[in-house]
Amino acid sequence: MKRDLTVSILIGALIVLLLAGPLLPRWAMFLINVSLCYGLVVLGMMLLMRTGLVSFGHGLYYCLGAYAAGTLDVLFGISDIAVMLLAAIAATGAVSTLLALLLRKYRDIFFAMLSLAFSMILYGLLVKTSALGSSDGFNVAAKTLFGVRIAGTEFERYLIFAITVVTAFVAAICIHWYRGSHRGRLAEAIRDNELRVEYMGASVANTVHINYVMSAVLAGLGGALAAISVGHIDPEMAYWTTSGEFVFVAILAGTGNVLAPFLGAFIFETIRSFAYEYSPNTWQMALGISMLIVIMFLPGGLWSLFTRMRKTA
Amino acid sequence: MAIVLEARGLNKSFGAVTAAEDINVGVEGDSIVGLIGSNGAGKTTFVNMVTGYLKPSSGSIVFGARDITPLAPRQITRLGICRSFQVPQLFNTLSAYENLLVGVGIVASGGSKWADASRHAGTPGETVDSILERFNLTGYRDKPAGALPEGVRKLLDIAMAMAVKPKILLLDEPTSGVSADEKFELMDMVMEAVRAQQVTVLFVEHDMDIVNRYTHRVLAFYEGRIIADGEPGVVLDDAEVRRYVTGEARAAGRGKHAAH
Amino acid sequence: MSQLLAVLIDGLIYSSWLFIIAVGLTLIYGVMKILNIAHGSLYALGAYSAASLAGYWINQGHAPMGSYAVMLVAAILVGLIAGPVIERGLLRFMYGKDEIVLVLVTYAVFLILEDFVKLVWGVDPYFLYQPYSLLGSFDIADLTYPNYNLVLFAAAVLIGVVVAWVLTRTRQGKMLLAVIHDREMSAAMGINVGRVYFITFTVGAILGALGGALTAPMISVQPGIGAETIVLAFAVVVIGGLGSLPGAALAAILVGLVRSAAVHYRPELDLFSIYFVMAIVLIVRPKGLFSIPEARKI
Repeated sequence: MKRDLTVSILIGALIVLLLAGPLLPRWAMFLINVSLCYGLVVLGMMLLMRTGLVSFGHGLYYCLGAYAAGTLDVLFGISDIAVMLLAAIAATGAVSTLLALLLRKYRDIFFAMLSLAFSMILYGLLVKTSALGSSDGFNVAAKTLFGVRIAGTEFERYLIFAITVVTAFVAAICIHWYRGSHRGRLAEAIRDNELRVEYMGASVANTVHINYVMSAVLAGLGGALAAISVGHIDPEMAYWTTSGEFVFVAILAGTGNVLAPFLGAFIFETIRSFAYEYSPNTWQMALGISMLIVIMFLPGGLWSLFTRMRKTA
Repeated sequence: MAIVLEARGLNKSFGAVTAAEDINVGVEGDSIVGLIGSNGAGKTTFVNMVTGYLKPSSGSIVFGARDITPLAPRQITRLGICRSFQVPQLFNTLSAYENLLVGVGIVASGGSKWADASRHAGTPGETVDSILERFNLTGYRDKPAGALPEGVRKLLDIAMAMAVKPKILLLDEPTSGVSADEKFELMDMVMEAVRAQQVTVLFVEHDMDIVNRYTHRVLAFYEGRIIADGEPGVVLDDAEVRRYVTGEARAAGRGKHAAH
Repeated sequence: MSQLLAVLIDGLIYSSWLFIIAVGLTLIYGVMKILNIAHGSLYALGAYSAASLAGYWINQGHAPMGSYAVMLVAAILVGLIAGPVIERGLLRFMYGKDEIVLVLVTYAVFLILEDFVKLVWGVDPYFLYQPYSLLGSFDIADLTYPNYNLVLFAAAVLIGVVVAWVLTRTRQGKMLLAVIHDREMSAAMGINVGRVYFITFTVGAILGALGGALTAPMISVQPGIGAETIVLAFAVVVIGGLGSLPGAALAAILVGLVRSAAVHYRPELDLFSIYFVMAIVLIVRPKGLFSIPEARKI
């Protein structure tokens, strides 16, 4: 059954990545690390899209998670990864729960634009906050994990990588199980016909709210892990073009399976790193053209290629 | 039989248009009631008010012992009133199986909020398969709802309404869009499923043969009022009904002229 | 007192600018139901074309007053070329798809054009200050304003009046209004909807480019101005009500004044103020200030 296969692949990937980690060259580990962070955000986008909503402002939570994690040091002198991740979850969870009260009443363009507005509000606020480095942002350094010092040790890179891999794994499994649950199934029903869902006794607003908060927390986790892995954060993370990138990868990946966002993010990051090195002024053009191709010929995203192959097999 | 649903002094106007005027109806449990009337007579308005889609300008609707007038459709469904739609409202990208699974899942996860005895026996999957069988839809199990033929979509729409185990089922023109030879088949199937679960049914219909054959009682609407209420034979023979609803008086007149 | 006056005047100038960049966007949405993200690129293309062509004109020693005409011509050319290319070459194959899908298509076009601009004009900023400083300045109370700002204000009013007049008084305009209200019905009445789309998009493109051209003398024209501007245009259009011209005007005035107040009294709330207004308006009127009511579904 397809569902069991997904779980097996996830477990397999977890084991492979954790074992192969120390053997990977620095750049490869970094690439996979960043892809997983991005993939977490896109996983959240996918959850929203399956509910019929496209957010053009998820950079809000990506940035919020990163800054929540990063400012712990500046404000409280805390630089423990576990605490940083918790802070990211708390911050994004709280903000999204609040914003969802408003956002869950909107659909289509208005939802997209309102979510964009909120992300730009954060951007605007951060850019004007000199205490946080304004548009330059500031550096983030995680020093301990569960109290154990890791900074400066030879395991630092690997441990951060491992944390990212484990987090991504846990998130993917949870969302996968959620999809198979009753409330998880409501998402697509809502996307297809909200009226019918209400007439069958379920609350559309509640499910939208829950899914929105979950997607926000996922984005926050991605942002926090990105902050820790990359070591630097800036307000650009909340700029609408960052959110646009998440939308692009979500479209590229498709909503078929929890593996898709990570795969899509990996392809995206790989292309981006190479495109940036060889031709930084055509990178966006390449993105735009790819998006058009996917929209025109692969409306289900790259993942639909897999499902198509399985059907003909 | 006890009265399960009661409309008291229902009125609804949209500006100068009166969609419902002083509707007083008591529906008995386990009965089958037909709602007839020409377009704009107020049948769908009545259904929309009972299911919570519209709020009456005045009057109340009582279900069991409870005033359901201010409630939202979702809450009314949970109390046990469900409807099907004139244009089938399905989840088009999901298969027939998945469509029903959503409904069954809603009941299964609803917890204590659902009306008593609303739980299904067996696993959700088994329940869905048995519903599919009851409505003769097993052949369409894995096909996306959007790709199904219209008659099948109508059946699925009704099956979905039944999946949440209602005490009262409102069907909005169940045989419209269905070919003449399939109408009786569809209604036979629906009535059988309904009788098995002791559901009270109200349905809006334009086809008088269907009304005659399946109802215990008929309510005839005209310009927002109920102009006749009784057994099908009696109501369909009523002079006002023949004039304003079934058009037979006019048709009879036409026939007379044509003979010359 | 003069602070209040400054807020008012700055507000109106900013409102004029906002209206100019938003009017093309709301027109395109109203007729075609497409939220055209590429509008930002047209703005950028207009700015770059104006900056480089007018700059060339002036450097060649021609009469500096002629630079205004050059800017205008540049904008119109950009719109006349880019508009049809985008609409005929890409968009028309996408009609009928989901609204959000169309937004993504325009987003893809935006990305492509962002790099197109970099390829053609490079990444270094362009400065076109002459048209701005040429006209001198005027004084109100103890405040001094460049006269160019009057040009901006006049342009906004002129554009608003002309577009409104064309929409309500000419036959073509009324056809546009008909399509805005009901596309299917218009087609059933014999209106060539495809042609209406083509004209609308091209006019919208010209207006977008015009916004860029008019702004070019006031800013440093560099990569990223399209991205900055489109989000502001969105805010104005959404606040005013998608597809509403009077809405866009009112929204521009509202946002302009609020932002001006923010800049003068609490500068850190600059960007915040615009989106704050958007959030508040949408809470009170979920479809914006002026919106078309929707009929019942079942």
